[in-house]
Amino acid sequence: MNGFERHRRSGAVIANFSGFEADLLRSLASQIVELLRNEAAVPPDAQDPFEAMMDFSGPTSEPDDPVLKRLFPSAYPDDEEAASEFRRFTEGTLRDGKANAAIAIIDRLEEAGLPPHLSEQGLVIDVELDEETAQMWLRSFTDIRLAIATRLDVEDGDEEYWYSLPDDDPRSQAHDIYEWVGWLQETLVRALTE
Amino acid sequence: MTSVSAASPVEVDPTLTPDEITFLAKPWVTIVWNDPVNLMSYVSYVFQTYFGYTKAKSEKLMMEVHEDGRSVVSTGTREEMERDVQAMHEYGLWATMEKSS
Repeated sequence: MNGFERHRRSGAVIANFSGFEADLLRSLASQIVELLRNEAAVPPDAQDPFEAMMDFSGPTSEPDDPVLKRLFPSAYPDDEEAASEFRRFTEGTLRDGKANAAIAIIDRLEEAGLPPHLSEQGLVIDVELDEETAQMWLRSFTDIRLAIATRLDVEDGDEEYWYSLPDDDPRSQAHDIYEWVGWLQETLVRALTE
Repeated sequence: MTSVSAASPVEVDPTLTPDEITFLAKPWVTIVWNDPVNLMSYVSYVFQTYFGYTKAKSEKLMMEVHEDGRSVVSTGTREEMERDVQAMHEYGLWATMEKSS
């Protein structure tokens, strides 16, 4: 595949994926949706029982999971109270937005012909995205890359380390996927700014 | 014992120009921090798309993030900066806000 391109006549952003690639993207997007929905939005250890019961407006403490911590960083690193308030009013909306963006990837791949369970060989999935959907894919690629990079502890300038790992090391395979999504994202940025 | 005192009138230094007053009313900044994941092209794209900055200004800010580790990307009231920080988090950039020094 060539990544994303802008279709000259329609202006739509287009790409074609092999069945394997489309299935992989769907699986990554599904994991983001699961992650965003699994962790309770309200901290379970609030002090006052009544307050805890009545507090369903949004989370106030940093998530435990390192990936979620990176997706929803503290807005006020030196002011815990302000950070809690900010989180209460924003995290729910941000979670929904990120989940919807990941769902947009899944939906478009399935609308383009990706079956629920991939079995067919030689399947090609052609996707055509309008501007708004393309931007959702773009943002979700970031979330996917942040998630993989956080799990792998990716750092600046560590490419040599990843290339030195044996091919059958699962971390090396995960890093290959991380780089592939990065390359896809690069072509999508280019298609959107052309 | 408590008492309710009359609200004191808002005092504005009469020697300040309107521009200086506006500046003082906007003492917050949004900071975007470097991370090892986000693509340079994407960060620049976000600055252009969300803030409406020119390509040149967006690339300059992106390079500041990349080379200095952080860059002030917008200035405004606290409410405005909360909106900007939320938007940056939606795009997956690592952003915080603070009072400008």
